[in-house]
Amino acid sequence: MYDLIIFLLLVAIGYISGTIAERRHYRSIEKREQEILSMPLVSLKTQPRTGRTVRESRLVMGSAVISIDYFKRILAGLRNIFGGEVSSYASLVDRARREATLRMAEAAKGADLVLNCRVETSSIGQSANKRKMVGSIEALAYGTAIFYEEAG
Amino acid sequence: MIITSIESVPGKSIVEHFGLVAGSTVRAKHMGRDIMAGFKNIVGGELKGYTELLNDSRSEAVKRMLTQAEQKGANAVINVRFSTSSVAQGAAELYVYGTAVMVE
Repeated sequence: MYDLIIFLLLVAIGYISGTIAERRHYRSIEKREQEILSMPLVSLKTQPRTGRTVRESRLVMGSAVISIDYFKRILAGLRNIFGGEVSSYASLVDRARREATLRMAEAAKGADLVLNCRVETSSIGQSANKRKMVGSIEALAYGTAIFYEEAG
Repeated sequence: MIITSIESVPGKSIVEHFGLVAGSTVRAKHMGRDIMAGFKNIVGGELKGYTELLNDSRSEAVKRMLTQAEQKGANAVINVRFSTSSVAQGAAELYVYGTAVMVE
């Protein structure tokens, strides 16, 4: 009986705080994505021909570890029975990737563009090696920041 | 030391190749962080402790790669790639590799 109460309590806490945290995170992501619009992050390996000389180029990276809440984990567990798209994990992965990409862009502050952006994901943490369970995932974004010489 | 993730150093030309250089670390998190992470696993959200830990260990891996490149007499590492794998429960391996070159 107590087990059931604790379980329901965890689900409720997970649902409420998870939803609030996710909404807040998405708001912050969208706001910061607007700010970096002027700096293109591209997955090309060669720079576009601009005729400008490069002053500096360096590696930039950003990473984020995001964990899923208890409610969504239960939801995903149920999905394992019926099959189909696991949308509760989709938002987890999406948040981690976008956050990592933003941190990379922030590390490249002042750059004219970032070449060869790559995003990698790996699941880490307590449940990383357990079957059928994803607890938290890490997204790593990295690329080469290019700084051009001032025009004129 | 210049590090890039592309096949050249823009604005410079490669004069010599020294081959592959790599660096890696295997890190385990400590108990305090683990408890915090266990709590966060209920409410969801970012695990700041882990992010920090992974960032620290990744820069350590990069440092090891650079040491190796220095020993070979290189002044740049190009085409750098990262990879992560969890080797045991609670421990992650961070691996970074690239090509050591001399640029001018």
